[in-house]
Amino acid sequence: MIRVELRKLVSRPRTWVSIGLLCLLPVVVAVFLAVTGIAPRPGQGPTLLAAVLGNGALYPAAALGIVLPFFLPIAVAVQAGEAVAGEASAGTLRYLLVRPVGRTRLLVAKLVSVLVYTLLAVLAVAVVGYVTGISLLGNSGQLTTTTLAGTTLTPASLAWRTGVMVLYIGWSMVGVAAVALFLSTVTDSSLAAALGGLAVLVSSSVLVALDAAGAVRDYLPTRYWLAWVDLFRDPVPWHDLQAGVLVQTGYVVVLLGAAWANFTTRDITS
Amino acid sequence: MSDDVVVTRSLTKRFGHVTAVDGLDLAVHDGDRYGFLGPNGSGKTTTVRMLLGLVHATSGEVEMLGRAMPRHAHEVLPQVGALVEGPGAYGHLTGRANLRLLDAAGPAGGPPLADGAGSRRTRARRVDAVLERVGLADVGRRPVRAYSLGMRQRLGLAAALLRGPRLLVLDEPTNGLDPRGIAEVRDLLLELNAQGTTVFLSSHLLAEVQLFCTRVGVLHRGGLVAQDHLGALRGPTGRTLVRVDDVAAGARALGLPPPERRGEGELVLDGTSVAAAADTLVRAGIGVLEAAPERRTLEESVLRLTS
Repeated sequence: MIRVELRKLVSRPRTWVSIGLLCLLPVVVAVFLAVTGIAPRPGQGPTLLAAVLGNGALYPAAALGIVLPFFLPIAVAVQAGEAVAGEASAGTLRYLLVRPVGRTRLLVAKLVSVLVYTLLAVLAVAVVGYVTGISLLGNSGQLTTTTLAGTTLTPASLAWRTGVMVLYIGWSMVGVAAVALFLSTVTDSSLAAALGGLAVLVSSSVLVALDAAGAVRDYLPTRYWLAWVDLFRDPVPWHDLQAGVLVQTGYVVVLLGAAWANFTTRDITS
Repeated sequence: MSDDVVVTRSLTKRFGHVTAVDGLDLAVHDGDRYGFLGPNGSGKTTTVRMLLGLVHATSGEVEMLGRAMPRHAHEVLPQVGALVEGPGAYGHLTGRANLRLLDAAGPAGGPPLADGAGSRRTRARRVDAVLERVGLADVGRRPVRAYSLGMRQRLGLAAALLRGPRLLVLDEPTNGLDPRGIAEVRDLLLELNAQGTTVFLSSHLLAEVQLFCTRVGVLHRGGLVAQDHLGALRGPTGRTLVRVDDVAAGARALGLPPPERRGEGELVLDGTSVAAAADTLVRAGIGVLEAAPERRTLEESVLRLTS
């Protein structure tokens, strides 16, 4: 069943269009930066963008910083919201279950498909970011990269930091996917599931920025989303990254459990 | 346990305060062409969904092919083909690609098929064979979203036949088909039934059921009001039809009002005193061609049961 879901994923034009669009925005940004040479002032604009003018090798990180606040979660929420509700509204869910495909099995296959999509999207942005960064912004002939703290990084050090960053952002997106996947088992409308997932994220972002909500802030799903910036400090302050992984894991476990409990017991009336 | 293919005992489903199916006792025998009739909203689709394990019963039992459902769904469903509330397919793929995905999604096992086991090796052949059977062999590379309603319905039927099922559970299978398509589907189902497939046909189209089915269950407000052979359901009305060569003269001889329409050649007699009536007619010099008890149409029977 997992193979069937992956075949569906790659055969659907939407998969590639959405990933293409995700990659397009950082390229456009890079073109503007390269042409004008005007960098956002440090502390303003998308994360890390101020640092890339001098070094294109840092651009994968900046590219992910550009798509992370909205674009990437939207793409992941749409994909995960579609998972079960999309089958329901296409009328194919009942035929899959009658084929028969066990409900748990189907849900696991959907989850794997969403994970693969998420990883593909994050990797694609990182790779396209690297290529654009090197070719448009240049490597400035240096073998080292300056961190946010002003010290220098060797290419090997930059490579593992970027790798960990891809995994960290990927895991944050799995949190988004878990919300949307759960909602996807509740409703038969994939639009409602995707929008519900985004509503959770927007609410979380608002509350994170609200000092009055300080008591719950550290448990909100988007609280540590930008903690991967710490990977480009030297030495890496791991505290926020660890907390972020822990919080996301909590959401993922609870929501996937809820999705499973709901989907395996509900009446399929679509 | 019983030899019947589908059995339900006191099957009940409540959605909140609404009781959709209420204490249903169905029995579909092996080899039946079973017509499951009922007006819209009588609980037909909910029952079909409970049979297939899509909807969970509030109480009562379902047994299919001798095994409890939905507990043994994994042994039962590979031998069952279903069409529930219209076909479902991915619009961006061709019909053939849709069937291949569906075939690959489930377990490889199942009933032995004509061309060997239901394995991956024989998938392409199996898919082509069912497309051929439902008359979709020549649709080529068109995606399903470009299909007409009738073509989609045929594709849904092909999906139901894909694994060579012992039991077909079909909900309004001729929906969207033209008269010729309806006749083709009926012939196909008759052929499969002759080869041993039991057909459970849920429909509100009485004429279709009357033409196709051998046994009929009539559902009304969630409960079964009749379950019998088609002939028994279409019981005698207590009147007799007499065909004569001269209706006007015949009516005069029996003292009946003159017939309203000419050319029908039939007299309707109250009661069954055929002998006396025939005697009178013959003595009046009128030829009696045929005399038989009048039977209800299925429509009359069902309307009487569900009103």
